[in-house]
Order: sequence, then C-alpha cells, then structure tokens
Amino acid sequence: MDPTSADDPAETPLEAGGHRLWVRLTHWAIAGAAIVLIVSGVTILMAHPRLYWGHAGNDLTQPLLEIPLGPNHHHGSWSKATPFFASGGGPVTANRLVEPWNQNSWARSLHFLAAWIFLAGLIAYLALGTATGHLRRYLWPRRAELSRDNIGRDIKAHLRLPMPDAEPGPPYAILQKLSYVLIALVLLPLMFLTGISMSPAIAADYPFLLDLFGGTQSARTLHFFAFVAITLFLVVHLVMILLTRPLRQLRGMTLGNRR
Amino acid sequence: MTDARIRISRRALIGGLASSAGLLLSGCNEEPPTYGNLLRMGDNLTYSAQRLLLSRTSLVREYDRAEITSMPAIGTVDPTQGKAGDQYAAVMRGDFADWRLEVVGSVGQPKSFSLADLKRMKSRTQVTRHMCEEGWTAIAEWTGVPLGAVLEAVAIRPAARFVEFHSFDGLADSVDLVDAFHPQTILAYGMNGRDLPIPHGAPLRLRVERQIGYKSLKFLRRIVVADRFNDFGKTGSIQNGWAWHVGI
Repeated sequence: MDPTSADDPAETPLEAGGHRLWVRLTHWAIAGAAIVLIVSGVTILMAHPRLYWGHAGNDLTQPLLEIPLGPNHHHGSWSKATPFFASGGGPVTANRLVEPWNQNSWARSLHFLAAWIFLAGLIAYLALGTATGHLRRYLWPRRAELSRDNIGRDIKAHLRLPMPDAEPGPPYAILQKLSYVLIALVLLPLMFLTGISMSPAIAADYPFLLDLFGGTQSARTLHFFAFVAITLFLVVHLVMILLTRPLRQLRGMTLGNRR
Repeated sequence: MTDARIRISRRALIGGLASSAGLLLSGCNEEPPTYGNLLRMGDNLTYSAQRLLLSRTSLVREYDRAEITSMPAIGTVDPTQGKAGDQYAAVMRGDFADWRLEVVGSVGQPKSFSLADLKRMKSRTQVTRHMCEEGWTAIAEWTGVPLGAVLEAVAIRPAARFVEFHSFDGLADSVDLVDAFHPQTILAYGMNGRDLPIPHGAPLRLRVERQIGYKSLKFLRRIVVADRFNDFGKTGSIQNGWAWHVGI
C-alpha cells in the first residue's frame, strides 16, 4: 500500500483541494517577505561579494570564497599595506583609494523591514503548525515513508512527465514532505539565526550566537548558503506548480477550497 | 498563598508589566523623523524593538590581543583633501598639539579638551570587532576615554536626549543616551597600542560598539549635547537614505 495515501486517517485533508486560512496567510507573508529579502540581500552581498570563516574577514584578509557578482568582484584599489605592529608579518592596514559600488542604504533598511514580516510569519506558522498538529500530521515523514522503495518510487514519479495530477494541499508524498520540512524547520529558522548573529547589538545580548556559528563571518557565510538553498527550493517549487495545473494550485493557496 | 492573593498578584504583575512596557515605549518617543518614508518607519521599529527587548548595558565580546586582524581604512582616509581640509591640516601639525574637542550644547559647563586633557582622564582599552555595513569585519584594539566620562565632566543636563558628533570630513551623526553612556562607547585616541593613525580617524574617533561601523565617526572636532533630534539636513544619515540607529 502507498504509505502516503489519503486513506491513512491521520492524513485525511480537512479542506479538500485547498489550504487552511492560517496556512495561506503565513505562506504569503513569508513568500512575499522572502522575495524582498532575496532582492535586498543580493544587493547587500554585491557591496562586498567575499565570504569568510571565523569572527573577522575583510579585503586585507584571505577570503573563503569570492563570488563573481556585480562591479565589486575583485574590486581593489588600495594603498601599500603597512603593518600595525613593529614585529611585522602580523595584521596590516591599507587605505581604500576608490569607493566601491554600494546600494546598502535602502537595501539594508528594506532587508530588515521585510525581515520583521518574515519573522512574524515564521513564528505564526511554526506556532500554529505545532498547536494544530499540522506539522506532525502533514509534513513530518512517517517511518514507512522513509523506505528506499518509497523514496525511489517518488523520485521516479517526479521524473515522469506529465506530472501526476495532484490536488493542492496535503496529503504530500515523501519528497514534498522532506523539502517542506527542510525549508520550514531548518532553512528558514537558520536564516533568522545567522541573520541576527551579524547584529552587534543582538550578539552583545546573546553571545552564544557567535559561538554557535563560529563567528560573525561564519554566520554570514552560512546565511549565504542558506539563501542559495532557499532560492533553489523556490525555483523547484515554482516549476512543480507550473507542472501541476498552476491556476488551481494558486487558487488553493490563495482562496482555500472555494471552487 | 490564597487564590485571591494569587489573582491580585497576577493582576499586579500584568499591570506592572503593561505600565513598564508603556514607560519603555514612551521612552522611545524620541525617535528620528521618518518623513513618511516606509524604510525609515522600519528603521524606527527595529530601533524601538532593540531598546525594548535588549539589555541596555550588555557588553559586546572583547577579544584577546592575539586575535587582532588586519583592518582596512575606508571612507575619508585623508581629511586634508576635504572641505575643512585646511583646518585639519592646521591642527594636525605637531602631533595635533593645537587640536581641540569642543563639547557644547545642553551642558552645564561647556569645555574644550586638548588631546592631552583627554589622555589624562580615565581610559579604557578594548579589543572589539568592527562590523561594516558592507559586510566585512575587523578586530582591533581601541584605547580612549569613555564618552560618559566626558559628558559628566561637562555636566550634561537632565533634558539632554542625544549626543551629536561633528567631524573634520564634514560628517555629522548622533546617538541616544543609552549608547552614549554605554561603558564600551569611547572616544578613541589609540589603536593597536599606538596613536590612532590618520586614515583611521586621528586624532580622535568614536567607537559605538553595539552599532554598525559607520556610526563610529572619525576625525572628531565637536560634540553637541542636544535635547531634540537633529537630522543634520543634507549631511545627515537620514536624508541620505541611511538608517540612523544601526544595531543590525
């Protein structure tokens, strides 16, 4: 028997062909905020497209990764480096001779404005998802679903075109459950935690944030990779919707089960 | 404890929480203007939330000297080239012997401090992380006089709400009194065990450790204690599109 079948009483959808009101509201709050966060976040990254590990990293230290993004990639017009200490070989300073491309004035303020909406949506989603049993019932995979056979079958089903015609909303097959669990319980909370780890005011109150990720720059690097993963999820999510009667999916997530 | 007393104390607790929240919120009435700009409203929301939810006295992490890193000098690195370049060039001669820091405004005793005056006052040395809005960070050791000690020396008035900073490179900015009297907010004249280098803001720069780097103005020349918020017009952060309070 297909373990993801709607015959399982625990997974009987409450609103056939749609989503509950709080799911729709939090989904669109988080989705709208995420788009703004991605646009403003990429703009912020373009000001300094270098990633580091640890507490400190700048143009005069070794980067972990330089991202070929925008006019500041390999930007550099610096005066000769001079050491801070007489012993030499240690930390240096140098003057920046040309100001780089920087749109952080609006991008930072927009990022943090959208972050409030994102945070409110995420807290509401996780609280209601836990309180109503939604997360446990519809997203958390059952042991039988994690069998190699079942996952293999679901992968094959996703590779075949046209995609099977699925009703919007739960119940979900295993790949869909795993990707929703990954995004809602891992990546989005990680985005919040790595984000606030970069705040000097918040890190002063909660210094464990610095130790949790190994430093501000490590948190920034993880923030970037979580962004990449979320963007990939978004692309796959949109492709899946386009392949499974997009207008009906859109109506299910916006108006619920109204026909 | 009886049920009735528990109810009363609960009510007292809720009432107390509500009134202290109200007090804290009203303390945030002194917010920068938004001019109807949605982004500035978001900035003020973040500012109020940080003042409400975060401790006002928590210290940023201080590192070991061995953890000091390289640090770029950005923005103005040679103030003799700027608008007040001649004035800066005049005071930089003789290791800034003729430089003075004017502290005026809502104070009982306005004063003018020489570098030697400031070095005679109590000093604080801290190895902290500079977080630039661009995304990079650097760890350096800063030595200076706590801003709070300077404000006490000029007898700051009870009506004061903000402390403004004016620099030789034409910038102006301000902090509220929470940050002004924070123990790690210092007027730094030393960096990594030496006099502050010119590209890093000699002879005196501000360090506001719980805010992003651009708050820590370099090349200070004047401090004005103010009762009301000043956006500094075209030279201020707000009208240039930048957030005034940048704890994140």
